[in-house]
Amino acid sequence: MSLLKVSHLCKRFGGNRAVDDVSFELASGQLLALIGPNGAGKSTTFNLVGGQLPATSGSVTFDGTELLGMASRKIAHLGIGRSFQIAATFASLTVAENVQMALLAHRREVYRFWRSAVHRYRDEALDLLDQVGMAQQADRPCSELAYGDVKRVELAMSIAGNPRLLLMDEPTAGMAPAERNALVGLVKRLVTERGMAVLFTEHSMDVVFAYADRIIVLARGQLIAEGSAEQIRRHPKVQEVYFGTGRTFGATGQEGGAA
Amino acid sequence: MELTGFIVQFLNGLAEASSLFLVAAGLSLIFGVTRIVNFAHGSLYMLGIYVAYSIVQAWGQTPPGFWASLLAAALVVGLLGAVIEIALLRRIYKAPEMFQLLATFALVLVFNDFALWLWGPDDLLGPLAPGLNGSIQIFDRYLPVYDLALMAIGPAVLLVLWLALTRTRWGTLIRAATQDREMLGALGVNQAWLFTGVFALGAFLAGLGGAVQIPRQPASLMLDLSVIGDAFVVVVVGGMGSIPGAYLAALIIAQLKALCVALGIVELFGVSIAFPKLTMVVEFIFMALVLVFRPWGLLGKPMAPQRYTGEPDAPLRPATAPFKWLAFLLVAGFAALPLLSGTLPYASVLAQDMLVAVLFAVSLHFMMGLGGMPSFGHAAYFGIGAYGAALALKSAGLGMLGSIVAAPLAAGVAAIVFGWFCVRLTGVYLAMLTLAFAQIVWSIVYQWDDVTGGSNGIVGVWPASWLEGDAYYYFTLAVVALVIVMVRRMAFSPFGYALRALRDSPLRADALGIHVKAVQWTAFIIAGTLAGLAGALYVFSKGSTSPEVITVGKSVDGLVMVLLGGIQTLFGPVVGAATFVGLQDYFVGITEYWRAVFGVVILLIVLVFPQGIAGYFKQLAQRVGGPA
Repeated sequence: MSLLKVSHLCKRFGGNRAVDDVSFELASGQLLALIGPNGAGKSTTFNLVGGQLPATSGSVTFDGTELLGMASRKIAHLGIGRSFQIAATFASLTVAENVQMALLAHRREVYRFWRSAVHRYRDEALDLLDQVGMAQQADRPCSELAYGDVKRVELAMSIAGNPRLLLMDEPTAGMAPAERNALVGLVKRLVTERGMAVLFTEHSMDVVFAYADRIIVLARGQLIAEGSAEQIRRHPKVQEVYFGTGRTFGATGQEGGAA
Repeated sequence: MELTGFIVQFLNGLAEASSLFLVAAGLSLIFGVTRIVNFAHGSLYMLGIYVAYSIVQAWGQTPPGFWASLLAAALVVGLLGAVIEIALLRRIYKAPEMFQLLATFALVLVFNDFALWLWGPDDLLGPLAPGLNGSIQIFDRYLPVYDLALMAIGPAVLLVLWLALTRTRWGTLIRAATQDREMLGALGVNQAWLFTGVFALGAFLAGLGGAVQIPRQPASLMLDLSVIGDAFVVVVVGGMGSIPGAYLAALIIAQLKALCVALGIVELFGVSIAFPKLTMVVEFIFMALVLVFRPWGLLGKPMAPQRYTGEPDAPLRPATAPFKWLAFLLVAGFAALPLLSGTLPYASVLAQDMLVAVLFAVSLHFMMGLGGMPSFGHAAYFGIGAYGAALALKSAGLGMLGSIVAAPLAAGVAAIVFGWFCVRLTGVYLAMLTLAFAQIVWSIVYQWDDVTGGSNGIVGVWPASWLEGDAYYYFTLAVVALVIVMVRRMAFSPFGYALRALRDSPLRADALGIHVKAVQWTAFIIAGTLAGLAGALYVFSKGSTSPEVITVGKSVDGLVMVLLGGIQTLFGPVVGAATFVGLQDYFVGITEYWRAVFGVVILLIVLVFPQGIAGYFKQLAQRVGGPA
């Protein structure tokens, strides 16, 4: 049974249909890539599912619960983690404190005014940072990090709550190709080990084709194709809107210039 | 009331709207382009009146000479604006928003004393305008002809500004800069001269707004802060950076005030409402309503986020052992002061004031520094604490300790109500709404004679006999030290982490499941409650309280203390408040122009220690002790 079910989702900004009647499903243990050219409505879709934007119409259910109309913080507590296109972390906290904060928030310990939180869940936070390769920098202020590292901290924060669904809007932007593969590889491992469901966007096509279980393609707000990597690669409509210049994907292991 | 009264008040309102618009238009332009909240704008208005007064004495005998004098006065103030921009503001555009505010507030102090030095302390009433000194009859009432001229000036300036902004290259640049000044810079526009030009124009308009008041209003040293409050309201209601918005807002506010005067005392459902009493506060009530329903003002748009907003705060570290020793020594030092009463009889009196100020500053820092919620109206909670304690003691008979417990609770209840509205907004808009609520509180306290004693306040509020004199000093010291320890603990508690986290990124905090507004609201309430406690301690140390404790000036004092000490450190407000009280006391002792000296010191601190005093020493310690 699918964990996330998006049906007939619409979002209008004035006369512009940013997301136009989009439907798809995502089951636990699956890595679903959402791809499409710039302006296709990818980030808007993420923000609708995550509750950061109100939808115009449609329905999004998570394990049977309707998400539309629910406050984004409540969606987070249902077990949905997310990362943003422009990484959002807490600049004045250290790397470890960022993750500790995520753990505190998830365990609803925010309204505690007395006991020090300096060491609270620190070991757990370090463990999470270790998984994303950031343990070495645990005590640096988050404001000093390179952008790729900020993205990794953000990933550690979004998986801190043990989410059943992870929404990742361009998780590897600003990273070198080798790092990208490593990070998405890590996410893939979480998917298989924890049975987590992941919806992600990614501009690097070799990453998408190498790791995604399934791919959906958006163009101008509409869902134009859905299927496995092979099916998407061959899909005539995808080739038409997405690779209109006549370029197709040949070799893998190289940067795809799709953006 | 008859219809004719309404008509005359309506015309009067139109004339008032013109004056308000001139000041507010300049403020709005300056904010739109430079993003500086220019506290000194009221001072420029005040200087406009004074300068016009002097020039009119020489040239003002003929109608052309009179109007040339007003224009010349505005030009002088415009030139002063250019000088301010080049000499001061240009150095601090990249400083945090609140620091720029501090710098412009220092200018308020300097200009006020400058006017005192040059023109003396008495109000100066200028001559009537030659040729326009009569009045016209409207039914059975009279309206000065000069008011008719004033009515025309506002729309005329609006038209000229609107044409300049929409039809000229310079205007296009200004509108572009209002939307995104970094992008404009990236396109190769020399921002420096654009900013100078805008600041000079804004100052010119403020000066003009003052100058045209010459026949109606005496030049007075009180004008700077009273005008800036009105101008802020107009700008915020109209929408920051919107010139037509400023006129619309000026018109509505002037008419609301006129309506309150015209209505007089009205019996409504058996309750008599004295509308004229509302004139002092109706603009703030209106602003609060506008901000709640249209957070960007009537004709304003959401502002583009600034890309460069200064260095992010360094992570807070729990106190180290040397720091704890330092704090202990400090408390011990304060505790020793009464023992020195033989040689330094005044020391413990000053220290008492410092302690109250420290508590006030710490409470403000809690919401402003840790929570990123600046307040221009924190004095409201201090005042409610002071009055709450006084009333609890004198009217409710709660006794001293009961009063000291009840007062912060009263302030906390006020913070619950006001905070609920305030946390919906951010940044300058939030600060303005706090100001509005503070003004509302001030106006109630000032005018509710039966309960608060009106402008006289409440006297005879002394501590119980077992806590008199030194005992009360030690009591204050203990309470303040305890609260500081408590606030420090809170800063490192899960709540404190959440507060700092959502200041950095509300988006991320929300995505982690933190109820951002609720956490901010809670912090607002805690800050208000602690300020109320400071007010209660204050009233028992002075024996009295007056509406003075709720004025804008008092709120700004708190801001200055926090920024002086350094907003990024937990110890900053303590150092800042003590320095503030100490310096003020010292300067008052040595010169009549202590405000100016104080202003210059603040300017030096802004330019030399942009991280505040405690922030500077922290950085120094880190440099000496190697990289942290």
